[in-house]
Amino acid sequence: MSDIDTRAEGTAADAYPPDALGRFGDFGGRFVPETVMAALDELEAAMAEAFADPDFHAERALMARDFIGRPTPLYLAERLTEDLGGARLWLKREDLAHTGAHKVNNALGQALIARRLGKRRIVAETGAGQHGVATATVCARFGLQAVVYMGEEDMRRQRPNVVRMRMLGAEVVPVTNGAGTLKDALNDAIRDWIANVEDTHYLIGTAAGPHPYPYLVRRLQAVIGEEARAQMLDRAGRLPDAVVACVGGGSNAIGIFHPFRDDAGTRLVGVEAGGDGGELHARSLGGGRVSILHGSRSFVLCDDDGQVVETHSISAGLDYPGVGPEHAALLASGRAEYIGASDEEALVAFDRLCHLEGIIPALESSHALVIAERIARDLGPSGDVLVGLSGRGDKDVDQIAARRGDA
Amino acid sequence: MNVPRPSLAVYLMADDDAPDLAEAAVQGGATVIELGIPYSDPLADGTTIQRAAQAALDRGITPARALEILREIDSRVDVPLVPMTYGAIVEGYGEEAFCRDAAAAGAEGLIVADVPPEESGRLRDAARDAGVDLIHLVAPTSRPERIRAAAEASEGFVYLVASVGVTGARESLDNRVAELVATTREAAGDTPVLGGFGVSRREHVRGLVAAGADGAIVGSAAIDAVERGGPEALEELVRDLAAGLSD
Repeated sequence: MSDIDTRAEGTAADAYPPDALGRFGDFGGRFVPETVMAALDELEAAMAEAFADPDFHAERALMARDFIGRPTPLYLAERLTEDLGGARLWLKREDLAHTGAHKVNNALGQALIARRLGKRRIVAETGAGQHGVATATVCARFGLQAVVYMGEEDMRRQRPNVVRMRMLGAEVVPVTNGAGTLKDALNDAIRDWIANVEDTHYLIGTAAGPHPYPYLVRRLQAVIGEEARAQMLDRAGRLPDAVVACVGGGSNAIGIFHPFRDDAGTRLVGVEAGGDGGELHARSLGGGRVSILHGSRSFVLCDDDGQVVETHSISAGLDYPGVGPEHAALLASGRAEYIGASDEEALVAFDRLCHLEGIIPALESSHALVIAERIARDLGPSGDVLVGLSGRGDKDVDQIAARRGDA
Repeated sequence: MNVPRPSLAVYLMADDDAPDLAEAAVQGGATVIELGIPYSDPLADGTTIQRAAQAALDRGITPARALEILREIDSRVDVPLVPMTYGAIVEGYGEEAFCRDAAAAGAEGLIVADVPPEESGRLRDAARDAGVDLIHLVAPTSRPERIRAAAEASEGFVYLVASVGVTGARESLDNRVAELVATTREAAGDTPVLGGFGVSRREHVRGLVAAGADGAIVGSAAIDAVERGGPEALEELVRDLAAGLSD
């Protein structure tokens, strides 16, 4: 139990920065073609200036409240807790944020920074479509041009989000390379950025990519954990025994973990996509090796030669062979642990939350629920488990219905 | 590595036909052969080289096999050979082993498209120990201090990126190329400066040389030529481009 540490303030969003080369321990850095090195330097400078500027914080806070709807609630899932007979399960309701997921926290902050850079064209990748929708949304709000790359397979399985992006005025570019999933969308988004770097900001959706993106995205997403930590102290009167979040690239997980980083009594548990439970999965931290992908050094699902291998997950947002470098560092240091949950387990947790709590979670977040439920059972009734409910599952209903022959 | 002035470097994808193609390219006037070692996620490459890399991977070309192909090319042509690949491939093989084996197969230089000078510490040491020249890139977006640092750190030649974007044949090169060539040329001292990315026409080569570059690099256009008409079409393209060196 974590009674020892109930500090009023959590770890500051900018604490534990990367080193001068953008590294978290052995991970991170800048592995990109020379053409975009100058843009990364500019972004790093603009980020530092923005975070030192009270006007940036004021605008971000106002938009967070009135546009995104922050703070998002902390919800005690009473019936789920009762059903499991274990620790209390608290859900951080990012599914209630505008656009339906945590992605908008990052998209908003980066749009404000793009404006400071004088860049009017935004390029982004999307897997599940939540980051694409968030990007399209903030671009509409700030009058920026949005170009979103999305794998063809993902466009098929997350069709409602394709429609939403187009309604919001974004151009959605289908990506046919590779398996047509998130990795391939990142490749083409980065290539577009390389070609148009002088008037285009690359609005990466996860805590990966070349420095300073992983640090920037963590600072913008840390609001999830900051709010949740204060809400836990207020509502539960204590810090959680464990914080559980799903990890694809890792933005919602790093956002909810980071403010708890110095809370020694709180376990940080990331849940990766276990796929079919066998060979086909997307567990970069659980089954990958150290390599370079999309601009940084981290764990990557690749073969002995360094060639990236195909991944599988029922969840488009977790179907990615890489992971943000700070998660690699948290794994290496032992501060966080990373566990897999399979497609089938995620679907069971999905159903349980629908039926017991009246909440349709995203398939991504359903992976976190699998492990949160397991930890809650193990802890027993006196414990508290905080779950990052990173997004809502509206986008997934067609896919799940079709899978069940219910289309 | 001794790169003649002026020079035309030709990029080929490491695949079973590469030795024949290298002979044709040299016959047409190529003075350097770059050999692409295929990587699954080549961020700096446009569709032509992506496609060629995927085709090579589908045919089972591993980095080890690519170095065998390099060795065969070395036995058939007498120009400097320069493998070009990505950081994940070199790290997967191990920097020291890669540089050693590449040198043994005939490599005189090495280009790693996504490893800028800041990240190249271990690679630089490994290349030096193996006697392979590590070639850095400068781009139209590079600030003058980076251009100077990269030009000074480069051995063999400096790779001047002549278009903002990924590799691929283009109608015209970046309009700042002349300025970039001038800055790079001044910082490079005795090291030759070759311009690539987008080079597909004789007037591109002529323009680079007129601006003060020591030559050009042709990649995607060479692969397009091979797809169009095999070694004969490649030789013809190279002969035409090489003529641009002395126009």
